[in-house]
Amino acid sequence: MCGIAALQLRNPSLHPQMGSLLSSMLCQIVDRGPDSAGLAVYNTPGLVSQGTSTLSLLGADQGMTTAALTAGVAALLPSDAAAAVQVVGDTTLVGAAVGTDLLVKAVTETVPAATIIGRGEHVAVMKSVGHPMEIAAHHGLEAMAGSQGLSHTRMATESAVTAGGSHPFSVADDLCLVHNGSFSNHATVRRGLKREGVVFDSENDTEVGARYVASRLQQGDTLEEALVNLGKVLDGFYTLVVTTADSMAVVRDPIACKPAIIAETEDYVAMASEYRALAGLPGIDNARIFEPEPGKVYTWSL
Amino acid sequence: MTITSVPAAGAAPLQDLAELGLRESATFDRATIADIQRAAATGVYDIRGWGAKRKVPHFDDLLFLGASMSRYPLEGYREKCDTDVVLGDRYASRPLHLQTPVTIAGMSFGALSANAKEALGRGASEVGTSTTTGDGGMTPEERGQSKHLVYQYLPSRYGMNPDDLRKADAIEIVLGQGAKPGGGGMLLGQKITERVAGMRTLPVGIDQRSASRHPDWTGPDDLEIKIGELREITDWKTPIYVKIGASRPYYDTALAVKSGADVVVLDGMQGGTAATQQVFIEHVGIPILAAIPQAVQALQELGMHRKVQLIVSGGIRTGADVAKAMALGADAVAIGTAALIALGDNDPRYAAEYSALGSAAGFYDDFQDGRDPAGITTQDPELSSRLDPVAAGRRLANYLRVLTMEAQTIARACGKSHLHNLEPEDLVALSIEASAMARVPLAGTSWIPGAQGSF
Amino acid sequence: MVTLTAPESLETAVTAEAPTVVDLSGSTVRSLNQALHNAADGQSWTVANPGGKHSLAVGINADVSVTIDGHAGYYAAGMHQKGTVTVNGNAGVGLAENIMSGSVHVKGDASQAAAATGHGGLVVIDGNAGARCGISMKGVDIVVGGTIGHMSAFMAQAGRLVVCGDAGDALGDSIYEARIYVKGTVASLGADCVEKPLREEHLAELAELLAAAGRTDNPADFKRYGSARNLYHFHVDNSTAY
Repeated sequence: MCGIAALQLRNPSLHPQMGSLLSSMLCQIVDRGPDSAGLAVYNTPGLVSQGTSTLSLLGADQGMTTAALTAGVAALLPSDAAAAVQVVGDTTLVGAAVGTDLLVKAVTETVPAATIIGRGEHVAVMKSVGHPMEIAAHHGLEAMAGSQGLSHTRMATESAVTAGGSHPFSVADDLCLVHNGSFSNHATVRRGLKREGVVFDSENDTEVGARYVASRLQQGDTLEEALVNLGKVLDGFYTLVVTTADSMAVVRDPIACKPAIIAETEDYVAMASEYRALAGLPGIDNARIFEPEPGKVYTWSL
Repeated sequence: MTITSVPAAGAAPLQDLAELGLRESATFDRATIADIQRAAATGVYDIRGWGAKRKVPHFDDLLFLGASMSRYPLEGYREKCDTDVVLGDRYASRPLHLQTPVTIAGMSFGALSANAKEALGRGASEVGTSTTTGDGGMTPEERGQSKHLVYQYLPSRYGMNPDDLRKADAIEIVLGQGAKPGGGGMLLGQKITERVAGMRTLPVGIDQRSASRHPDWTGPDDLEIKIGELREITDWKTPIYVKIGASRPYYDTALAVKSGADVVVLDGMQGGTAATQQVFIEHVGIPILAAIPQAVQALQELGMHRKVQLIVSGGIRTGADVAKAMALGADAVAIGTAALIALGDNDPRYAAEYSALGSAAGFYDDFQDGRDPAGITTQDPELSSRLDPVAAGRRLANYLRVLTMEAQTIARACGKSHLHNLEPEDLVALSIEASAMARVPLAGTSWIPGAQGSF
Repeated sequence: MVTLTAPESLETAVTAEAPTVVDLSGSTVRSLNQALHNAADGQSWTVANPGGKHSLAVGINADVSVTIDGHAGYYAAGMHQKGTVTVNGNAGVGLAENIMSGSVHVKGDASQAAAATGHGGLVVIDGNAGARCGISMKGVDIVVGGTIGHMSAFMAQAGRLVVCGDAGDALGDSIYEARIYVKGTVASLGADCVEKPLREEHLAELAELLAAAGRTDNPADFKRYGSARNLYHFHVDNSTAY
């Protein structure tokens, strides 16, 4: 129902190639999810920068000119915040030298209808409906540099084919989650999180997973602990990739029906739904290639 | 009930009467006419056992959405689908850990024979679940044969004592019963034998009545203090359940939680009784289908769902019923009537004897009379000896295993690795009534009557 | 919502001779009861500053002597066995409920449902007892120095209730085999409760109970009440009594 490709570049000399490598991986998993696609790129020059919060908004058109949006947000922030807006493909990126909470407040006040699909100092998130390769091209993925990248192609199961319902789900600073499979008790877990005050944007089961992980991280879990706890609470079938500012994690449910394959070298860790997505990576012939074991959480940090 | 006027031999069967142009009244049908005739003849209301016999919206009106493409099923017998349940870990230091969520409901020694009680204990223990005492105290047979024994704390306090309280694996404070919320118990003289009378401190052979209200507390504010006392006596080790008959389960569940209960036991109107006025059984209380969502709503609003466990009972017959109850939010179920049938109640091999009692196999509900041919709802030594507690216990264990495996089968089909991961979203309803009561959509629609507005 | 805290188990060292004092202004009811449950026969305990707390000295199961120096809340000496509990003050609802054996003595008044469902032992209340005194009593003996409230000895099954003052309405309603002795007036008798002759054996047992309670009342001044046994078997002619 979905395809996943994720890449963490350990060797900084590969960072300029991040976009082209991820794009080549994505190309091989399109058939698994031709409805829509989403991308998350970390530390990509020109999209995000250290010391600045960046919000990714769904859509190029926010109902006003870029200048008006910039002015509107700037007016709500301190004068030295240096608010800036740029449109990348179908995504609007808003940056400012303030905390993300403050920036979210300013953006939602300026554009109440805005859908925020990514937030943080390190990540930019881009989603759209349509053919994944067209989406990647439209956003200029090929040319993007970066330290990590995550892509997902979706065949919707029980929720609507919309850009908002595409993965990754990014519900906390620099946190992204993609999912292949289906959670069988997400309605119950959603009810529990809602009672704790968590607000949901969609009816998507993956969002429940993302919100759950965010909630655990907020309570002090490490990424690994959060995913171990997810395994105790969420039932069903899943292969998940979760990324943070400097880490990547992969976990499969204990029955492990949904595919996943990992390639690890000194230069990178790559994960994909199918081997063919890994086949073009540099030095793949000498990589350690393995399928993640059922129910085991794998994490890698930069 | 007992038929007091048996139709004359050779009476015309129903279809012949219709062919003759005779029409039976829907309002005054033959059972109603017989009730009126019996009341006029005796001046006493009809007392019987069993639960509500009228048709009410029930689990039969719900269906599961098995996995197909958008969800994945689990492989039967291979992939894990756990059935265990922990009951009472909110405050008690020794919660129960049962291997199946199907428990045995409270039924008293007195209402049942000692052999029947022993058989219940044997059957339940064999599959790792609990059984429950009833009014009248704990018997050594029952304690001895029960791995997990729940000791009921009832308004009458017949046979209540601190020694047995400390021996209990859980304490169930009984406020009511689904067959008769608001009513007390009764046990007619035929069953008050020397042993039963001795355990209850009553004269032999009298018609025993039980109080409908606890003698030393009333309402949730007092109950909180009562629960505190029982915890103090048992040094905070023993889980404390609160059992309510389903009538206003939203409020009663919330109040049980606020009073400090570890577990709420909710009994719907189809739940059985040993002896109660028929008018009570049929006209007081609500079906379990309508009660569960209200109780679960209360637990969820308090943030206590699955923390204070919910055991539901009243009309559980199959593994599908077990799975449906759990999908609606129950943590476990209890069976009473079905357990008695598994032991051998209403067995067709006693057809002639049921007939001699003015009843029939499958219809017998005169549990109050103590003349049960199957030796279960009796204190008569000759009748009691007909029930072999070992064989009957084995039958019950078989039945409990079937219920568990059936529920597992459904849970696996819905892609759940544990029974308690079933959820309302796995269900649809076949009728508007069941849809509104169970708060799941009418099959093929997204419509839940009453869900959008006030109700 | 009530938030109960399960305490850690407590071990308290006890010497047999001098009473051990548990001061509830600093100590918890839980630690008191745990210590009493761990106690050995012959020990003495004094509870200081009880402050009307609930469930004091409940579930005692050894021949210990406990003095509560002040007023107790609900269920003082609940489910008592073997030992002696004295309350130097008043007791709240459900004093010595379901008592099995031993004795409980309240120097002041007791609230509702005193000695409810008691199976044995002796409960003495020097002052007055509230409503439902001895409700569903199953063998306990109760001696009240003052008056008792309405619906006392409701459904009383066995045991003896002695009242040196007056009794409220509906005394002994639906009574089974318990015996009631009242020295003062009875506001009204409940269904199936009737006055019965005070014979020698009754005078003797009354004298014994009064002596056990430390009282000097004259047994001959009492009247005896018990069951007419008309409700033992359901009959349509009694339908208004049910």
